[in-house]
Amino acid sequence: MAMLSVKNLGISFGGLRAVDSFSITIEKGELYGLIGPNGAGKTTTFNLLTGVYKPDTGKMFLDGVDITGKNTIEINKAGIARTFQNIRLFKNMSVLDNVKIGLHNNYSYSTAAGILRLPSFFKSERQMNERAHDILSVFNLDQDANLLSANLPYGKQRKLEIARALATNPKLLLLDEPAAGMNPSETEELMETITLIRKKYDVTILLIEHDMKLVSGICEKIYVLNFGTELANGLPQDVLNNPEVIKAYLGE
Amino acid sequence: MKMKPAKQVSNSTRSNLITIGAIIIVYIICQIMIANGSISNLMKGLLIPLCYYSIMAVSLNLTVGILGELSLGHAGFMCIGAFASAFFSKVTVDTIPNVFIRFTLAILIGALAAALLGSLIGTVVLRLRGDYLAIVTLAFNEIIKNVMNVLYIGVDSEGVHFSIKDAASLNLEEGGQTIVNGPRGITGTPKDATFGIAILLLILTFIIIINLVNSRSGRAIMAIRDNRIAAESMGIDITKFKILAFTISASLAGVAGVLYSHNISTLIATQKNFGYNMSIMILVFVVLGGIGNLRGSIIAAVVLTLLPEYLRFMQDYRMIIYAIVLIVMMIFNWNPKCIAWRKNHSIKGYLAMLFNKQKKEA
Repeated sequence: MAMLSVKNLGISFGGLRAVDSFSITIEKGELYGLIGPNGAGKTTTFNLLTGVYKPDTGKMFLDGVDITGKNTIEINKAGIARTFQNIRLFKNMSVLDNVKIGLHNNYSYSTAAGILRLPSFFKSERQMNERAHDILSVFNLDQDANLLSANLPYGKQRKLEIARALATNPKLLLLDEPAAGMNPSETEELMETITLIRKKYDVTILLIEHDMKLVSGICEKIYVLNFGTELANGLPQDVLNNPEVIKAYLGE
Repeated sequence: MKMKPAKQVSNSTRSNLITIGAIIIVYIICQIMIANGSISNLMKGLLIPLCYYSIMAVSLNLTVGILGELSLGHAGFMCIGAFASAFFSKVTVDTIPNVFIRFTLAILIGALAAALLGSLIGTVVLRLRGDYLAIVTLAFNEIIKNVMNVLYIGVDSEGVHFSIKDAASLNLEEGGQTIVNGPRGITGTPKDATFGIAILLLILTFIIIINLVNSRSGRAIMAIRDNRIAAESMGIDITKFKILAFTISASLAGVAGVLYSHNISTLIATQKNFGYNMSIMILVFVVLGGIGNLRGSIIAAVVLTLLPEYLRFMQDYRMIIYAIVLIVMMIFNWNPKCIAWRKNHSIKGYLAMLFNKQKKEA
């Protein structure tokens, strides 16, 4: 069964059809790329998939479960986690706490247990710390665990966002321009990290990216959006050589 | 609103212990001074108010600093806590002669009543944000205060009677007792509050908030403050945790109200004690002490409560001086250059320098 199966998803803002009949099937463990010119509706698609916007039309299924019209929290609990194009870290909290927020729904003890420092508090917190350090070490961030997240350099902030999203234990990870603003060596490192987390956490990934080196380097399939509609969809070599894609996005 | 950056975990635990230690030391010093009579009557009368103002400031800091929402209705919750507990204490003053049990129950009732109202109001108003939330909480504050001014409650053998008209319409039996007498409030509440209990409650309030902040729920609350959209996409129930923080903050304000009502003989809801003047004064404590900084809230509450009292000799110029001190404190606390200067000239830095010098000499 497909991990994510979306049929004819669409949304309008007033008279503008921002996304129209977006259909995609992502198999378990696949790494899908979503590309397209500015304003094509890529981030809007992400917002639809994560419940920030409610779609006007269409259906979406995650691992066979209908998640159409659910809100952001329910969709996250169902198993979709995302990062943001403009970094949205919890800036006044430590790097470790940022990841522990991601673990919020995976470990549970009551507020009263927290205030009264009952044994369940210490037990869960210890497990959370271990798990958070595990995730951070994958991203080489464990030595920065106690830093304020706002004080991290840009590249590490991007990584921390991915780490935080992974902490929610998602089935599907949506990455919104993970390499934006990174220099070539940082991008290189990011590609390695993405490959590593796919193996380690067995997660399916859909990513938006403008860096063609990254897209052609790691994506197994590519979906091209233009003016809210599908321009091409398929294997990288087919899509990137498609004359329409070259005309609309890559440039001749 | 700008937030004070959260410190590192190990540092913050130590700094909290220092705060609690400092409170205990101040308590011991005050007790010694009371014992050998070297404390003025004015100061003696201020000891409990200092505690409940500090509790108010610390609990409002949970809403303003940790949750990041501006509430101007904090005195309203204090009002509810004060009236609920004073009502209880007055009714049970004969049936529960043990002061400890009665006052403990009174504190719980005050906290519960304020928490209940806090969660009700929170559910309604926390849909709003920023200035709008401030305006609506201010309105609820005034509503609570004014309702308390027209409320008549009496007790007789048949049970509790309510009225919002006058004491006569309560239709009490012979021997019935009017407890809450409209604008005349509650008179004759037992004076159960002592300085020791007040200090204990202040420390408890402090520990509750510190423990909350360093737990799963506290992190969720701070995540909402830092970035609502990201918190939502991490699967955090925004509404639930906002109401939770608001309710805890309200119930602690209720505890401050219990101290207030059990420290005076006549409890009346006026503009001065439960109106927006009070709410804004508490907010001033929080802002000047540093938003999100609990220790700062306590220091600001103490300094700014003592100051007008010690400035009494200046008579009419008193409030002008008070205002100037507020401005100076604000600059000292928040101006970037002042912050840099404080870092370079901190006591800790001097001590470290001294220590290093000694080491070198040795």
